[in-house]
Amino acid sequence: MHYHTPATFEDAVKIAAACGGVTRFLAGGTDVLVQMRAGAVIPDDLIDLKHIPGVRDITRTPEGGWRIGIAVAGAELGAHDALCRDWPGVVEGMELVGSTQVQGRATLVGNLCNGSPAADSVPGLVAAGATVTVTGVNGSREVPVAEIPAGPGRTVLQPGEVISAISLPPRGENGGDAYLRFIPRTEMDIAVVGCAVNLRLDGDTISEARVALGAVAPTVITVQAAADAIIGTTLDDAALEALADAARAAATPISDKRGTAEFRTHVSGVMAQRVARLAYTRAKGAGK
Amino acid sequence: MAKDEFNTEFKLVGTRPNRPDGLDKVTGRARYGADMTMPGMLWGAVVRSPHAHARIKKIDASKALALEGVKAVVTRADFPTGLTGEDWNLQENSMAGDVALYDGHAVAAVAATSALLAQDAAALIEVEYELLPHVIDVDDAIKPDAPAIRPGSADHSVPEGFPPNVVRYIDYGHGDLDAGFAAADLVMEKTYLTEATHQGYIEPQACVGQLGADGKGEMWVCTQGHWFIRQMCSAVLGLEVAQLRVTASEIGGGFGGKTMVFMEPLSLALSKKAGGRPVKLVMNRAEVLRATGPTASASMDVKIGMTKDGKMTAGKAVFRMQGGAFPGAPVDSALDCAFANYDMPAVYHEGFDVLANRPKAAAYRAPGSPMAAFAVESLVDEMCRELGLDPVEVRLKNAAREGTKASYGPTYNKIGLVETLEAVKAHPNYAVPLGPNQGRGVASGFWFNYNGDTAVSMAIAEDGTAQVSVGTPDIGGSRASLAMMVGETLGVPYEHVRVNVVETGALGINEPTHGSRATFATGKAAVIATEQAIAEMCRRAAVEWDIDPDAVEWIDGAAQPAGPNAGKFPPMKIGEIAGKMSTTGGPIAGHYEGFPDGVGVSFGTHVVDVEVDPETGHTKILRYLVAQDAGRAIHPAYVEGQFQGGAVQGIGWALNEEYVYGEDGRLQNATFLDYRVPVASDLPKIDTVIVEVPNPGHPYGVRGVGETGIAPPLPAIANAVAAATGQRLRHLPMTPVKVLAAIQAGQDG
Repeated sequence: MHYHTPATFEDAVKIAAACGGVTRFLAGGTDVLVQMRAGAVIPDDLIDLKHIPGVRDITRTPEGGWRIGIAVAGAELGAHDALCRDWPGVVEGMELVGSTQVQGRATLVGNLCNGSPAADSVPGLVAAGATVTVTGVNGSREVPVAEIPAGPGRTVLQPGEVISAISLPPRGENGGDAYLRFIPRTEMDIAVVGCAVNLRLDGDTISEARVALGAVAPTVITVQAAADAIIGTTLDDAALEALADAARAAATPISDKRGTAEFRTHVSGVMAQRVARLAYTRAKGAGK
Repeated sequence: MAKDEFNTEFKLVGTRPNRPDGLDKVTGRARYGADMTMPGMLWGAVVRSPHAHARIKKIDASKALALEGVKAVVTRADFPTGLTGEDWNLQENSMAGDVALYDGHAVAAVAATSALLAQDAAALIEVEYELLPHVIDVDDAIKPDAPAIRPGSADHSVPEGFPPNVVRYIDYGHGDLDAGFAAADLVMEKTYLTEATHQGYIEPQACVGQLGADGKGEMWVCTQGHWFIRQMCSAVLGLEVAQLRVTASEIGGGFGGKTMVFMEPLSLALSKKAGGRPVKLVMNRAEVLRATGPTASASMDVKIGMTKDGKMTAGKAVFRMQGGAFPGAPVDSALDCAFANYDMPAVYHEGFDVLANRPKAAAYRAPGSPMAAFAVESLVDEMCRELGLDPVEVRLKNAAREGTKASYGPTYNKIGLVETLEAVKAHPNYAVPLGPNQGRGVASGFWFNYNGDTAVSMAIAEDGTAQVSVGTPDIGGSRASLAMMVGETLGVPYEHVRVNVVETGALGINEPTHGSRATFATGKAAVIATEQAIAEMCRRAAVEWDIDPDAVEWIDGAAQPAGPNAGKFPPMKIGEIAGKMSTTGGPIAGHYEGFPDGVGVSFGTHVVDVEVDPETGHTKILRYLVAQDAGRAIHPAYVEGQFQGGAVQGIGWALNEEYVYGEDGRLQNATFLDYRVPVASDLPKIDTVIVEVPNPGHPYGVRGVGETGIAPPLPAIANAVAAATGQRLRHLPMTPVKVLAAIQAGQDG
């Protein structure tokens, strides 16, 4: 196994492009190292991105959004007051990943690139409209987070491509987001269903909304019909009912050791309602 | 012996000193199984079957052996042949013979100069399998046309013509069952299912074994009982037992799962083949879950008759249990525990021990009792609801008491079931008002407790401090309780007694720390040994004072003349006697070898409040109360810890823990991510009431306390869920999926 410590993303992708065998990028390592220990993935080349300047930084963009380095750990997100004020749903999704110890290492980009449909941080990013910067040998491009996952354990990234940053849009006025998941226990578990809602209010009425569901399809999905069900409403009972129906209709889960398809479908609606209420409350609070 | 009859004033018993092993454990200095390394040591790795049932056609280790640094490969061909009975079972489980019997069954092992190299070499060992039909579920395994796992392995108890995987059959009872049911106003019969659960100890199995060509060997191992390890390894490998010396490491939990061998014989076999170099084997969590003892899964029919005022008139229990691909499901103890709480005129028990393609079951905290409690205590609750009766009052009405003929045969001595029921009735938890979607459940449980082969040696040091050598590894604080009992008896401070868990070469045979026996049996043995030393110290004082030894008594750590007629001498303190022992007759010591009698059974009653989320089926434990008879709590904090630990393991069993197999017979959840033991945030503080009905068979009144506490949680939580949702769950675990399905269907699940 070869271990590389490039100083720039350009160097990182050059190294990756030249590697012929199994290649893994290393940031927090909370998936890569576990897979190595378990013997599931033994990389020929391990490219450690933590030595690239700026990868641990959280910076406000000129437009008022956020640019988050690829090695920023979950615990660092949680300790960043301004980011938590803007995007509490994004941060709470990330903070549900693993234990306190794992939170000291695990990263948003790692959670995204691991490709799990149940990744806790991804629905919040999708609902927020987050983008990532994908860097390859031919330069960089911005890609919505929603387009990165390709299926369980897979992403659309090509060999020689790496995510070099993650960006959140400006929060704007009267907005709120939230993420909740269902697990059989209270922590240290994998989402059986995850749901994020990001919305904006005009007075008491929802003017914009995005709803994302996790663990009920091969990738995290954006449910436009669920958003439509609550846009233009004050999240009254009828809207909540329509929201749950839309979420359930969009869910195409499998039955496995963590839950049956019937259970996941039903709970998709329950989670969507609970998360929407939370996001709505936050948006109301943000307006005060 | 029954000191209790005349003395309840203690200096140490009943206090809460720090445990003697505490500093080492909190500073990381304590040495656990995987902490041992030795000069020249090799690392082992085990090749395991990925199939539930498969004939081993060929094992080719040539590629592994070609790696530099690989020192030995062993297969079953390296083990002696001709074993019978349980010895054969242990050998077969340690290393598969012709057929791999479950996913995770060892088929080969390798030793190399590093752990990584051993793993690489294991991956290079090629095994050719021929798949055989498999069976996992107990109700499938008992069918007449089920794949026969080991034809001919049934014992004499199984009548001709039984299905092929039934290896043991039990039936017994007393009283007129038909008359009992005829006298009842309500007779109910239901079927209950529990899934296999793992002991879930923190520390995986680990050992270092060394065995030379001369048949002399040593082992350092994480175990509940190193004499058992010694005997079992010797049997599996054909060694002379006394030539193997086994030292127990500190132990990170066992719960019964570390009372037999799994991979330990492999380290010795590898060591011998590698020229006698020590070989270390450490399991990972997946190996622990796939290949070490879970408990049995159970399918149970229970029928009870009850009058409309709550008197139980008859009970019948038919239990089917699978304990893996070997005989040994705890169906006997499950049946014995089934009606043990109750004074019933007629009971009948029938049991089937059934083979399935799963790992060999090991003991798990009150083996069999939790399943039995789930079935019987759930049905009692169902009948109380049907008849509109209070579940505590019904239990009080039928409770076994001193003099009751137990459902499993003997007549109870002093017992404390009624006291635990009264204790929960009087506890504030029992009066807390409940809100919407909340429910309260009550259940009682039982465990026999046990004595077992016990050897203890104690000796007085030159300064009057004392050492106690015991053979029961300290899992739950037994060094503290033993030091307290010896200190109390000797009349010296707790800190003056050092309790050592010694290696097999130092004492006669000891059974493991199992059966809730350490504080009872080792404790009683240590007190007897201490009394011998006291008698000797009294004798030496008598010689010095030139009076009759019978005229000397031992009070507050000193020999004293027994009354004015004995003579007028100042007390001769233990330090003074010890300081001159070399000139007064040599070492002063005491010892005990035997099978201490006087075991006291223990009953407990639990009350749990739950809240069930009607939209997701998620069950939250709101508050939890354990009341259990400890006889006497030597160290109350560790007794409470046992109560709480049992409750937590029972909560896991009730709500989420289970072995999940695929259609292919492979275990799908061999990680702590998907084998869901409760995490701290799942639990409220577990409230405890220590009931003390002293056991007359122990010098300080001790009953075992470690096991009873895991039995009541299963039914108590099912009863609470039924109260909260109106639906009765008769199949554990009560996962959100099952609870939600029952709520949505509006019917029992």
